[in-house]
Amino acid sequence: MQTFKGTKIVNGIAIGKIKIYKAPVYEISEELVSDIAAELERFEAARVKVQNEQNALYEKEMNAGHKDTAGIFEAHAMMLDDEDLIDSCKEMMAEGHTAEFAVRDGFEAAAEMFRNMDDEYFKARSADVIDLKNSMLDVLFGADTANLQGTEPAILVAEDLAPSETVKLDKSLLLGLVTRQGSSNSHTAILARSMNWPALIQCHDVADDWDGKFAILDGYNSCIYIEPEQNIIDELTAKQKADREKEAKLQELKGKPTETKDGYKVRLYANIGGPKDINAVIENDAEGVGLFRSEFVYLNSKTDPTEEEQFQAYRKVLEALSPRLIVIRTCDIGADKTIDYMNLDKEENPALGFRAVRICLTRKDFFKRQLRALLRASAFGNLGIMFPMIISKWEVQECKAILDECKKELEAEGVKIGKYETGIMIETPAAALCADELAEEVDFFSLGTNDLTQYTCAIDRQSANLERFSNTHHPALLRLIKETIEAGHRHNTWVGICGELGADPELTEEFLKWGVDELSVNPKSILPLRDRIRGMDLSKYRKTESPAKDAETSKPKGFFGRLFS
Amino acid sequence: MKEFKYVITDPVGIHARPAGLLVKEAKNFKSTATFIKGEKSAKATSLMKLMGMGIKQGDEVTVQVEGEDEEACAAAIEKFLKENF
Repeated sequence: MQTFKGTKIVNGIAIGKIKIYKAPVYEISEELVSDIAAELERFEAARVKVQNEQNALYEKEMNAGHKDTAGIFEAHAMMLDDEDLIDSCKEMMAEGHTAEFAVRDGFEAAAEMFRNMDDEYFKARSADVIDLKNSMLDVLFGADTANLQGTEPAILVAEDLAPSETVKLDKSLLLGLVTRQGSSNSHTAILARSMNWPALIQCHDVADDWDGKFAILDGYNSCIYIEPEQNIIDELTAKQKADREKEAKLQELKGKPTETKDGYKVRLYANIGGPKDINAVIENDAEGVGLFRSEFVYLNSKTDPTEEEQFQAYRKVLEALSPRLIVIRTCDIGADKTIDYMNLDKEENPALGFRAVRICLTRKDFFKRQLRALLRASAFGNLGIMFPMIISKWEVQECKAILDECKKELEAEGVKIGKYETGIMIETPAAALCADELAEEVDFFSLGTNDLTQYTCAIDRQSANLERFSNTHHPALLRLIKETIEAGHRHNTWVGICGELGADPELTEEFLKWGVDELSVNPKSILPLRDRIRGMDLSKYRKTESPAKDAETSKPKGFFGRLFS
Repeated sequence: MKEFKYVITDPVGIHARPAGLLVKEAKNFKSTATFIKGEKSAKATSLMKLMGMGIKQGDEVTVQVEGEDEEACAAAIEKFLKENF
């Protein structure tokens, strides 16, 4: 048995025979030809044919719902329209070179330009140009590339795979993918990720004599075993089977309630960054959105976004996900997120500086634009408005007063406003310790555990030197979370967690035990977390005898009240 | 001639697909639009050269438009940049 390392793209295991995938190598004549017009014509015919192919691949991917990969082929088709590239090829043919020669040198020069750029994204674009070059040469040489993959299911091993090669592969014959080159930014990696194929890139030991050998690609350990020993075969076959069962089981959890064995329900929501994440919410069956970061409307704009621009973005999400509750956090600019047009002073200590609601309460007109947009959007779904970075009760009162002012203005203008809830982020120790006072003012709390951790422990979460000192389960932090939940429930304010700790499997049981009403996590964590919660039995912690009934009756603002000690 | 400046806010900068759409937009006009960043420049109709400028988030580009429909062309390009980059 031999073991070779690489860089994995996804966890996952592929077991089967290896097939070496080799694109044809062409001999290109350096001789000059006399019929220049014929070469120009061959070039143009090939260009149009490859462009049609790329457009067809675009359509194919769009129809399959793969928008990311479709964009690759759309860009390819556009590159084939590039006047400079076409002109440089034509000039070579005008000198008497063949179409093949012109394609090789013209496209190679364009690829070289990208290769020499210092940005990783642009570097990786050289692969697109090489892909187009090879496709052009395939057409010019009349090569048949249909059968490179073989006829039986295999782990495909290649030097590198161009996007058009990858997408043309027969998926039913593809067990996994190994390449010597490629970066995690490459399209092959993007495709593998979106298709969830076991794949290994940067496997430098790839060799021709692997062809036909039995192998196991182990994504978990970033390696491939050639002719593995029986114990490895047994172990990884079992793991592969378990993975498949787990995945199937997670899919079955769609539409099922997030409820413990003893009937304790918790709302499982998603964190999103904009309208682009609507599909992820639906696909992963999130029950709502617990944190919609509104920063994208500010970061994606060169100038201060208008009320109308913001309204359209919020409305889109509310409408698409109705009747789910969508909690939109108001502007959280400042600290590590700065924007030129805001003209913010540079600060010594931005995490403790002029940010979020502190900016909004200082620049009232700016704040009002967002609040008006939110109120207008409230007519199109189920909205929660959440204010970040709160430390004092007067801040919440002032936010609410401005919100009311906006509401009155809109009503006077005859604009329809729907129902909405208001809440605050609990992300400062001050807010957590004053949760009782703050809870009187709002419908809900959402614990922002990332900032709460860094402010509680005085640990900069971006500093690599502090790893040894950092403890994401620090007892001080857990105590603040528990007490915030309890304080919220004393005032019928429901309490959620939207920071990274919300998806931390080691803490889920604790949070439920403390009575958390909602967990808001990355969409991909929804189904695994639902699975975990459905496997829990909290009856051993419970004081009351009939919790499910209690839960039904004790929910004016908070959903489930305080069931646990 | 019309001229305006724009600061790129897209995290990846002027990248492949939207750059292609920018080229399509620019081709709708008779005027010639040129992107300038430092010593590098490219016509707005030239996809590869535009990408080759390596324009990144935070970079300021100057766009110069010259031709019979320069008003409309500059306005369209500025709008496109705002919406996509």
